[in-house]
Amino acid sequence: MKLNGKAHKYGDNVDTDVIIPARYLNTSNPDELKIHCMEDIDADFAGKVHDGDIIVGGRNFGCGSSREHAPIAIKASGVSCVVAKSFARIFYRNAINIGLPIVESPLAVDEIKDGDTVGVDFENGKITVNDKSFDIAPFPKAIQEIIKAGGLLKSIH
Amino acid sequence: MTMTQKILAAKSGLRRVEAGQLIEAELDMVLGSDVTSPVAISEFENAGLSKVFSKEKIALVMDHFTPNKDIKAAEQCKKVREFAKKHEIANFFDVGEMGVEHVLLPEKGLVKAGDCVVGADSHTCTYGALGAFSTGVGSTDMAFAMATGKAWFKVPEAIRVALKGRMSENVSGKDVVLHLIGKIGVDGALYKSLEFVGDGVLHLSIEDRFTIANMVVEAGAKNGIFPVDDKAAAYMKTAGAGAYDVFEADAGAEYCGEVAIDLPNVRRTVAFPHLPENTRPVDEIKEKIMIDQVVIGSCTNGHYSDLEIAARVLKGEKTAVRCIIIPATQKIYLEAVKNGLVEIFVNAGAIVSTPTCGPCLGGHMGILAAGEKAVSTTNRNFVGRMGHPKSEVFLSSPYTAALAAVNGFIGGAI
Repeated sequence: MKLNGKAHKYGDNVDTDVIIPARYLNTSNPDELKIHCMEDIDADFAGKVHDGDIIVGGRNFGCGSSREHAPIAIKASGVSCVVAKSFARIFYRNAINIGLPIVESPLAVDEIKDGDTVGVDFENGKITVNDKSFDIAPFPKAIQEIIKAGGLLKSIH
Repeated sequence: MTMTQKILAAKSGLRRVEAGQLIEAELDMVLGSDVTSPVAISEFENAGLSKVFSKEKIALVMDHFTPNKDIKAAEQCKKVREFAKKHEIANFFDVGEMGVEHVLLPEKGLVKAGDCVVGADSHTCTYGALGAFSTGVGSTDMAFAMATGKAWFKVPEAIRVALKGRMSENVSGKDVVLHLIGKIGVDGALYKSLEFVGDGVLHLSIEDRFTIANMVVEAGAKNGIFPVDDKAAAYMKTAGAGAYDVFEADAGAEYCGEVAIDLPNVRRTVAFPHLPENTRPVDEIKEKIMIDQVVIGSCTNGHYSDLEIAARVLKGEKTAVRCIIIPATQKIYLEAVKNGLVEIFVNAGAIVSTPTCGPCLGGHMGILAAGEKAVSTTNRNFVGRMGHPKSEVFLSSPYTAALAAVNGFIGGAI
């Protein structure tokens, strides 16, 4: 899988309350959730995000609540991938389980500026930005199998 | 192996597990709320699954936006209610029986020492207070767990938290856990276990342990866990939890870090906006911070003992600001009525709500306007957590919150 998109960059500890505030959790409809995606950290996000764009975060991205509505809202917004220095563990699981590509790379995050065009090549394990290239570690085998199956529930059969 | 690793090994049928290993473990309880279960149910049904793994080992608790705050919330509960009926889920808790899930499940004896529990709620880590491995997951994990009775985990390494001595007067488990988060940061235990040990544990009430285990996720931890002692045993016996397994860390268990906390030195602590790690001891807050609201309740501090502490402060006083008090379960609510706590609260000008998570996550029952400040015994103070993105939340213990309700401010230390 090769992705290429414009970066929307945020800082450390982007929590699930700012990704999708709880006041909108009375629905789980992705089309409704995406209207409010990132609303409390970047009020204009829903208006400016384009299909294929990439969200870039610092440490502990997705901390806080277990709400799967957070990666659902990000995915429904058309975001192709989230790159961060590290992810909170429940967000990490949820993203894999619903098929939202995520990748950890502290060095790439330091290089990427808001608005940069970022390439993520999962097959060859590379992130490219501003003529620089950063290696990314492959997922453990068991997780690759979930991804390959198309999500956790599809892996049951 | 650490205590957590020993439970995970037993539940995955392995003699030994190592940090970093991916395993699949058998589950003793799978939990969901009215916010996370509807997503899990959709996933379950869309995947063509027709049978739950157990009618007894699934708990569905309608506690977040209940009593239904609006039509959409009512539709979500209806969906879960219908699923519970169809699959004959024994532990479905609707309005009238429900309470804040992480106080309700232990109270009902549904979680116990040695269990492996997942819940589609990040504060599922609370049951570590009883010596269980329990952790938060998302709705897809919950759907998978409801179908198979299993979940995959990366075996965590652990930080050993050595607690020593007794807490000072008016200092509680909340102050200890805020102190700990302030010390190690909101990602200080990312992907890891926090294993609490030491003589200090023996002096902590079971409620204090619930509060501490509840908030380990605010340090990024996968789980927090306490040894099983007489207090834990007595609690589980009263709750009718039945037989349980006690696991202990091996003498030579490896830890990736160690934190020592002298409980007598822990002072009353407040976490300032907008992260639980922004902690300051109350006696170091020189400026007087005027507040608009106080909330006492939640899965962190909605226990009966928390209400008792608040009642001691509020007795014969008048609150200077809006004060919302929420017993976590119907049982606690009834005890608070019987023992005169509710009368003390109402006479002090506070309101007492039916059990709900409501204000903690900015759902309902006490939303903040732009510019408003609240002192709350809940667990998160992120931007917009309890209402408008320009509102502010200060996290504290019930004692500190009740005092703030009477004064109308925090800080002002001389």
